[in-house]
Amino acid sequence: MKIHEYQSKNILREFGVSVPRGAVAYNADEVYEIAQRLGAVVAVKAQIHAGGRGKGGGVQIAGSAEEAERIARRMLGMKLVTHQTGPQGKEVQRILVEEGLNISKEYYLGIVIDRSSQQAVYMASAEGGVDIEEVAAVTPERIIKEFINPVTGFAGYQARKLAFGIGIPDASVGKAVRLMTGLYRAFEEKDASLAEINPLVLTAEGEVVALDAKMNFDDNALYRHREILELRDFSEEDPLEIRASRFGLNYIKLDGTVGCMVNGAGLAMATMDIIKYAGGNPANFLDVGGGASRDQVRNAFQILLSDPNVKAVLVNIFGGIMRCDIVAAGVVEAVKAVGANVPVVVRLEGTNVENGRDILRQSGLNFTVAEGMKEAAEKAVQLAARE
Amino acid sequence: MSILVDEHTRLLVQGITGREGTFHTQQCVAYGTRVVAGVTPGKGGQKHEGIPVFNTVSDAVRETQANASVIFVPPPFAADAIMEAVDAGLPLVVCITEGIPVFDMIRVRKAMMGRNSRLIGPNCPGVISPGKCKIGIMPGHIHKPGRVGVISRSGTLTYEAVDQLSRLGIGQSSCIGIGGDPINGTSFIDALKLFQQDPDTDAVVMIGEIGGSAEEEAAEFIRKEFKRPVVGFIAGQTAPPGRRMGHAGAIIAGSQGTAEGKISAMRKAGITVVESPAEIGAAVKRIRQ
Repeated sequence: MKIHEYQSKNILREFGVSVPRGAVAYNADEVYEIAQRLGAVVAVKAQIHAGGRGKGGGVQIAGSAEEAERIARRMLGMKLVTHQTGPQGKEVQRILVEEGLNISKEYYLGIVIDRSSQQAVYMASAEGGVDIEEVAAVTPERIIKEFINPVTGFAGYQARKLAFGIGIPDASVGKAVRLMTGLYRAFEEKDASLAEINPLVLTAEGEVVALDAKMNFDDNALYRHREILELRDFSEEDPLEIRASRFGLNYIKLDGTVGCMVNGAGLAMATMDIIKYAGGNPANFLDVGGGASRDQVRNAFQILLSDPNVKAVLVNIFGGIMRCDIVAAGVVEAVKAVGANVPVVVRLEGTNVENGRDILRQSGLNFTVAEGMKEAAEKAVQLAARE
Repeated sequence: MSILVDEHTRLLVQGITGREGTFHTQQCVAYGTRVVAGVTPGKGGQKHEGIPVFNTVSDAVRETQANASVIFVPPPFAADAIMEAVDAGLPLVVCITEGIPVFDMIRVRKAMMGRNSRLIGPNCPGVISPGKCKIGIMPGHIHKPGRVGVISRSGTLTYEAVDQLSRLGIGQSSCIGIGGDPINGTSFIDALKLFQQDPDTDAVVMIGEIGGSAEEEAAEFIRKEFKRPVVGFIAGQTAPPGRRMGHAGAIIAGSQGTAEGKISAMRKAGITVVESPAEIGAAVKRIRQ
């Protein structure tokens, strides 16, 4: 799960990470008030769930509260396009207003899970404020790493190694160590999957401050973090994906015409791939999960059909935990309930497959039954092209 | 032969009285697996499906000499269940549960260091040696005893590949689902090493997906050390970057973990990589001729 910059900073503040003074605003009047309270120079920052905001005009400096208000009027409601939003951009609905700082140097800090070594890894670099992926690709030696033992946690010596390693001046190392330690504690206690400060800044006064902050969270751990769940901004998500998540379904909207409903993430991805291979384009990723109920299958099917781009549906089920008769009953119920106006190709295999096929045959509905995955994809692509 | 499980496996089911635990215990027993015990705290002393239930794994191991465990425990308690099985000294622990927090698994993996247990999964279908023993949720009837090993991060996509093999008359020595989570107990390389030591495995099918670098690492191992032909497939060639595709581990982060990167690394290592998931069986047939 993703949250906004200002929400990440609120969390980090609780863990002793120093962040600029500031507040979030939902309209230009609020921006004016906050800017006036902060005084002098302020940063006006669009809050969307995507990086690269600066280049797209989403981060601007204002010399006065009036200027901050003018910037906010232009920014609110605009579709901000960055390299992470896609060409359609994301609408700006919230603005973070923060005090301006006298920046003397910028650095990078980030914590992620390192899958190969099966632990968290802390990364720091003297190359701050730039795309860290690029640093990693071109000058990987400019990124220093410390792996974190989950039993002992992030140790003081590790923080010092990172702080000295990226060239924090001696007088500010203590402050940097406190900030780095706070960032790790937030990462671990909140079950984050990513915590990143880019840039971390050293001010002319020798303070070490998180100028930007980004946190993503492990979806599997949200059950024990209600306070994080409450930060979810539904306006950042596709409405169909929100509906799907309410039913515990994994649905991701794409831009093709062949809707697919599959059990299991790997098979769902492979089904998308084979649709492409057959000359079509998948309209979505949809995994109904291992132990889906009939209701869930019906909901999944209804969500699929609410995408107006869908010209044909491919149901590809290989039963393991999932029983084919349950899928078939759910599909029949859904088609009867919503009245599918596009062709439906069904491919069933695995546990209780005969019962499943009987249910489809006896439904009185017009399904195209396919034998293998290849035949199913080819039929669905042909039918989608004909519609 | 086969790897990990065979007719000598004595299985214990953690979470045996739950809905999934009950259904899949029945299925495993029907396949011929010797299920000797179940564990559900508070239900010790009862019988479930005719199988004795114990309060703790160590009680169950002491009374029944179980040598493998399968876990059907809900995500908040699954990490604890794995550690209980490891603590009881079980050599093989198979965790089916999907949705375990990453940090729980990091702690579990640390706790397992220096212990003699092998963990398969979590978030996996389990492991089967066709005709001998099935531990997990895969439909047994699609499998056929034979000489091809299968390793996969996916569940249902593995069934798809196995089904293709069996229909072409190609049997399997063992099939291992290593799971779709970012942190797991057995990697592709671990499974390849086991197949390398099995004189009755002639070839291996390796099914990966986007996210992480486990396939690239396995490709490097195969290039240097693995002596048998490998057929591969990578799911997620059409997946958009930055989105988690169902599995917690299936996400392209920046330029990391793309299907193209994996396919190219695997081809460089001499692996026969098919682009269509419908061609996996046919590709194995070709390399065996």
